[in-house]
Formats: sequence, structure tokens, C-alpha cells
Amino acid sequence: MSVRRKSDVDTSRRAFLKVSLAASGALVVGVGWTGLVTAAGEETWVPNLYVRIHPDGRVTIVSKNPEAGQGVKTAFPMVVAEHLEIPWERVEVEQAPLDDRYGRQVVGGSRGTPDGWNDLRIAGAGALYMLTRAAAAQWNVPPESLAAVNGVIRHEESGRSAAYETLLEGAARQPVPDVSVLKLKNRPEEFKLLGRFVPGVDNARIIHGKPLFGCDVRMAGMLYAQYVKCPVFGGRVKKANTPEVERQPGIVRAFVVEGTDNLSGLMPGVAIVGETWWAVNKAREALKVDWETTHADSTEGYAREAAKLAGGDGETMRHDGDVEKALEGAEKVVEASYYYPFVSHCNLEPQVATALYRESGKLEMWAPTQNPRGARALIARTLGMDERDIHIELERIGGGFGRRLTHDYMVETAWIAREMRVPVQLQWTREDDLQHDFYRPAAWHHFRAGIDGDGRMSAFDHHFITFGRGGETVSGASLSSSHYPAGLVKDFRLRQSIIECNVPTGPWRSPGHSAYCWAYQSFFDEVALAAEKDQLEFRLDLLSRSFGEPPLDLARTAGTLKKAAQAAGWGRDPGPGRGLGMAFHYDHGGFVSHVAQVHAKGNRVRVEKVWSGIDVGPVINLSGARNQVEGAVVDALSTSQLEITFTEGAVQQSNFHDYALATIDQAPEVECHFIQSDFPPMGLGEPPMAPAPPAIANAIFAATGVRIREQPWSRAGIIV
Amino acid sequence: MGQITLSINGEKHAVDVSPDTPLLWALRDHLDMVGTKYGCGVGLCGSCTVLIDGEAVRACTMPVEALENVEITTIEGFHPAGGHPVQRAWQDEDVAQCGYCQGGQVLAAAALLKTNPDPSDEEIEDAMGGNICRCGTYPRIRKAVKLAARYASEEGGEA
Repeated sequence: MSVRRKSDVDTSRRAFLKVSLAASGALVVGVGWTGLVTAAGEETWVPNLYVRIHPDGRVTIVSKNPEAGQGVKTAFPMVVAEHLEIPWERVEVEQAPLDDRYGRQVVGGSRGTPDGWNDLRIAGAGALYMLTRAAAAQWNVPPESLAAVNGVIRHEESGRSAAYETLLEGAARQPVPDVSVLKLKNRPEEFKLLGRFVPGVDNARIIHGKPLFGCDVRMAGMLYAQYVKCPVFGGRVKKANTPEVERQPGIVRAFVVEGTDNLSGLMPGVAIVGETWWAVNKAREALKVDWETTHADSTEGYAREAAKLAGGDGETMRHDGDVEKALEGAEKVVEASYYYPFVSHCNLEPQVATALYRESGKLEMWAPTQNPRGARALIARTLGMDERDIHIELERIGGGFGRRLTHDYMVETAWIAREMRVPVQLQWTREDDLQHDFYRPAAWHHFRAGIDGDGRMSAFDHHFITFGRGGETVSGASLSSSHYPAGLVKDFRLRQSIIECNVPTGPWRSPGHSAYCWAYQSFFDEVALAAEKDQLEFRLDLLSRSFGEPPLDLARTAGTLKKAAQAAGWGRDPGPGRGLGMAFHYDHGGFVSHVAQVHAKGNRVRVEKVWSGIDVGPVINLSGARNQVEGAVVDALSTSQLEITFTEGAVQQSNFHDYALATIDQAPEVECHFIQSDFPPMGLGEPPMAPAPPAIANAIFAATGVRIREQPWSRAGIIV
Repeated sequence: MGQITLSINGEKHAVDVSPDTPLLWALRDHLDMVGTKYGCGVGLCGSCTVLIDGEAVRACTMPVEALENVEITTIEGFHPAGGHPVQRAWQDEDVAQCGYCQGGQVLAAAALLKTNPDPSDEEIEDAMGGNICRCGTYPRIRKAVKLAARYASEEGGEA
């Protein structure tokens, strides 16, 4: 039995303890994920594999991280190719499976680029170093007299040259160099490939519909499954008519899974397994389950609790100076409250995974996952297995956004596969997906700001009402007490109140930031207006000083704001019905500011254009970088119009008719301006997200006079 | 269950399915043609777009019984050599992020250009409004459709 589309040879799983010629004659180089290479003279490296140079001149570069559309499968190999000095056209990219030798294999926190940067450069430069030494030995010349260009080592003086593939044997005999002798590039001026517009390596497969995604896995004898859970999160199965379901056409088995109490793990449910997914889907209509539920959380209940808590003091998380006194002495006090609801990740590919549990007790999985190691640990714990008996292949992810950092769908698949002992693909329905997510939590922000005689924001009081369980905030619901404007105003207070919550929450693209940045930066707009200051001037003033440790790099933040403002022509009259708005932010290592221009006709608003100032250090792939910014702006606009609501403990929305993602007619043009500062490169999956909703909302205010303080924005009467 | 003969990408395929089975699942589960994607099951997202006699249709709500005398083109069968202006434009603009919706986007764009070789922004938005991209590649889709129209007109051929 085999997966039809997989190649027979899986070289990445071989253990290479030395730099050596592989059986195929390919030179294999690896680096440790810590970036450390042992001293010269010893051939042993931590054997993580990134590079294979084949005798025919092809170069295979392994991409270790899962690809979710963030572009890592193109960007990572580009870094290796840059340092190996080989033409990009010769590179073949291979997706690594979960393999502990690679270290971190996660799509999350925009950490891929900064974490991979050193290893990838070392992998490329280390291989080149050894090829160069091999040529030097062959020609008996000093290695310093050699240069590498486009996969060829040249000796200028003698005119000799050798293609890499002719040097493999000699290179394999070279000692592994110490990292300190390698030439690692840092700056755009040194780059030949990095910084260019390079299309994604999977594009051809995508536009021809070739198998690539988790749901594309097909195996001989594979069965299809759905897993039906209680609409009320965590509900247990009291009784289910599984024999009746098994009598439906095409159904092989239907069974109850007792499950666990872990809302992020194997929840109780009923598995239906059949010959085709459609047969399973139809048989599901015959399923009747008597559920036992333990809570009845509702959006209305949350709102009532929030209103009650707003009148209380909350818990003081930070207090600098004396806020009450400062507000009393202020020239003006501005007060406003903001609310955003729960939202769903809503990956376009509903949760899916395929697994085969072999008689030997080993489990093989093919899955879209943002954190395969976390998935493996959950599966091992839940099924009582040894992690070493679980192998996970990383399928291209049909949208991540944080959803696939939680692996309920994978542990469900593993459980069902162990019951069935044949390959099983679990494919959730859209309704399952929307109603069993790990939602970005709602919150209320009650702000008060004091303005002094110079028109500066001098005091800031913030009561944050969020969600938790047992007194601790739930995943995605916390707010750092050092978040700006803490440290930017002398008198500052953050208070927090927690609403008890029984629905699952989780990280959602730029967790926390993607929600609350809108509240902060919209309120700043209100304060600037009250202070009769220009929005840019007000923000630059706020970023011009700090009280104690600054909460973010003030100069880099201001740099992006000036860049975006300059590009947008801030200060100009955008014309009748039009307005400009701005916002800055910093999260996950990236500094991004946006200026948005909108055109309003009555309450209908078209977002025409967004100008972005971005500082994430040097850009690796210009196409991928721009794509993340463009996509984040659209995602931000889309999400700001949406909400997930609960009644009697269950989600009310079910499909795209009542959770309507943005469509092409709503999408603005996005113009990116990168500041390639002297810092190491950072990721871009998250940073452009957070400042987009407030820049747009502030532009809407400028155009319409309507201040949006509630999400979805239709609550303020605005239709985008 | 019963034999239904479908003409897909120029070849006849006999499938043994109940007649109300949506084309999407006949393709994916019976014929292992997985390029056509499931997104919503109710014709709201466009991930499952196929061409039926050249027109963009949602395969998830189209029962196979209605399709015995038509020509179905899936993304696998749409210019497999990759020379179509839409395919080239999609590569050159590097439209895809996750890529899950893009097979449907490519076919929707091709169907649009067939009837309107030089669409305005508004016409693109009208025609492509039913194809959701959760990653938000819409600015690139707009550009790529225009680029494809240019490629086609430069070559004097039909898109």
C-alpha cells in the first residue's frame, strides 16, 4: 500500500551522520538547527539536511517548515541558493516531513524567517565553502583565489573552471568548516537572488490542479470519514443510533468515541466511515444523538456580564504615576469604548487529515498542520502511543491563520484510523469547521485619555474586559501590560476584568494584536481630533518620547509611519466623499504602518487604496513579502465585517451565507514600501494585519464622520 | 447507484454513483481527480469551479445526472501544457498564497475572458465575485486577469 503521488525514494529520512556521498552520488550537506557546526577537522554535523547537489547539476533544497501560503517553501530555499551561488532555475524544492533533526517546524508567530535565517545561510555557504576547497585542492591553488558564480568555481588567473557537479567527491572529503569562516550575507547590496520577485515553487501544481493539499491524498483502499461533535462545545454522547447509520448505503462503520475533556484535543463524538465522502455525508442525515451538555454560553450573556464588569474596578495590571489625578488636571478628557466579537479562522480548506494505523502499531499521517510536533505529542498522549511510532508528512496547508496550530482534527483522524486499520481520510464539512473552531476571543476596551495644555496625550486609563477560565485568560485573550501606550504617557493604568468562558479559543493571525490594534489606533484618532492635532503629527509626537523602557522601537515605528504617509501624500485633500486614515503598529518582530483612502457614497464605503510602510529588515522574496501585506489588508477588512455568535453554548453561523468573507469587489489596491533597515529579516505573516482595520476605519471617519466603535462595522451603519 | 457516463477533459468516464451525487464528489472520490476543491458544499465559495461547455459552474451543487451530454473541463484538463494566457498570467503575477481556491479562480477567469476579452475592473469584480480567496489575493487576481487579457490580445489569439 502506498500513497500514489509520493516518490518512492525518501532521502530526507535517511540518517546522515557525516557529510558524505549518498548512494546516488549526491553531495549532502546539513546543519544543526541551532546554527552551530563543530570545529574544523571534524566531519560530524548535526545532520539536518537542506542541500543535495546531484551529479547532473540539479540541486535539491529541502524546505523544513510547513507551507500555508506564507511563502516559506520558496523563501527558505532562496536563502540557501543565494549562499550556494547557484541559479534559481536549477533548484528543486522538496518538502520535509516532521523530523526532529530540523528543530522548529512551525508556521506561527512569524518566526519562520528569523529562526531559519542562520541555518539556511550556513547550509548554503557551508556547501559552497567545501566545493571551493575541493577545487583549490584539485588545482593546487589557494581557495581565496577562487570565485563561485552560477554553480561554477572559477580560477581567474589560470582561466580554469569547474561546475559544482564535477567536484562532489572532492567536496565530500573536505572537513566541515567552522561557522566563523563562512561568508554569510546580511545586506541587500550583497544579494543576487534575495529581494527579487520570485514566483512560488508550487505554482505549476496549483494552476494545474495537481495533488498538493491534505485533502488530495488518495490511497488504495482508503475510506472517508466525518466526525460529528456536540454543537455545544465539550458535550458528551449519551446515546447515538449508530446501527441505523451503518445501514445507510456505502457506510462501513459508525461508532461513538468517548473522547476527553480537552477542548483542544479529542472531544467526544460519533465517527461515520464509508466508501465515499458523499455517502458519509448523506448517512449523517440519519444520525440521531442524545447529547449531554454542561454549559449554555451565549453572546448575549457575555454582553450582560461585560456591562456589569465595566462598572467595577477590575484588576489593576499596571499603574504608572497617578491616572485619576492626571485626568482631573487634564485640559481635556476623551472617553470611548470599543467592542469586537469572536471571529473564526475559516480556512478555505476545511479541516482534513489522512492516517494509516499499521498492524505493527505505527501510525502514518498526511496532514496540513502548522505545528506537526505539537500534533504528534497530542496524538501520542491521547492514543497512548510512543511518539517515535508516529510519522507525519506535511501537506500544503489550504489556509492556516493559526487554526492549524491546534490539532483536534488530527487526533480525531488518528483515533478513527486505529479503529479501522485501513487508510482513512477525515474531511470536515464547512459547517463543522465554522462551528468547531478555536475562535479569536471578543473583548471590550474602555478608554479614557487626558490631553494637556500642549495638546499632548498625557494620561491613559484602560479597562480591558476579556475572557478566561478559572480566573486565567484563555488562549488569545491576554493583553501585555507593557503594550503601548504604556511607557509613552507618564500616567498610565491598565485594568482587566475576565468573563468566564466555555467556548474554545486560540491563536488567530497576530493573536490579540489583530483585534485590539483597531481599538487603540481608532481611539488615538479620537484623541488627536480632540487635541486639534494632525493625525500624523499627533502619532509622531506620541512616538517621540518614553517614560522608562519604551514599549516598542520608537524610531523604527515612526519610520514606517512617515514612509506610509509620504507615499500616500498625507495632508492632501483626497477629494469629495473621500478620506484618509492611518495607523502604526509593531508585533511579531515587524513594524508596519498603513495609510488608507476610502470613498464613501452615503453609508457604502469602498476602500480604494492602502499605502504600507514596512520595516522587517531585508526582504527575502519581494513577491512573497508583498503578497503577505496585500493579503493581510484584505483579511483585515474582511474580518472586521464578521462575527461568530453563540446561543445555548453553540455557534449560530454555519456557512458563507452568514459568515461572508470579503470578495474581490471589496479589495483595495495595496502599495508596499519596504524600509530595508540594518536588522536581521523578520517574518511578515502577521505584522501587516493589525494596523489595517484602524487605518481603514479612521479613513471612513474622515470621509463620513462616522466613528466605528463596534465590530462588525455594519453595527455602525457602514457597509464596505 | 448506477452507471453514468461523463465526458471529462475529452475522455469518457463511467462512474457508478447515485444520480444525485454532486459532480465534485464523483470527481474526487470516484475518479481521484482532486484538483477540484471542496470549500462550502452549497455553491457559495467557488473552490469547486469547473467548466461545463465552457461556462464556469459550481461542481458541489451540480448532480451528475444532469451532466450526461455535456463536456466537463476540470483544472487538470485545462491546458495541461500551461500555455493558456490565464495560466501564464497567474504564474507571472505569482497570484497564489495557499493556492486552495486558485484552480477555481483560473477557470472563472478563463470563462470570463472567453466572453469578454478586455474586461474592466468592474466587470472582473462582477464575474469573479463568487470565488472566495481567504488569503486575500484579490489585488493580484485583478492584475492577472488584465495581464491575461493583454497576453491574449498581443498574440491575437483567443483567451
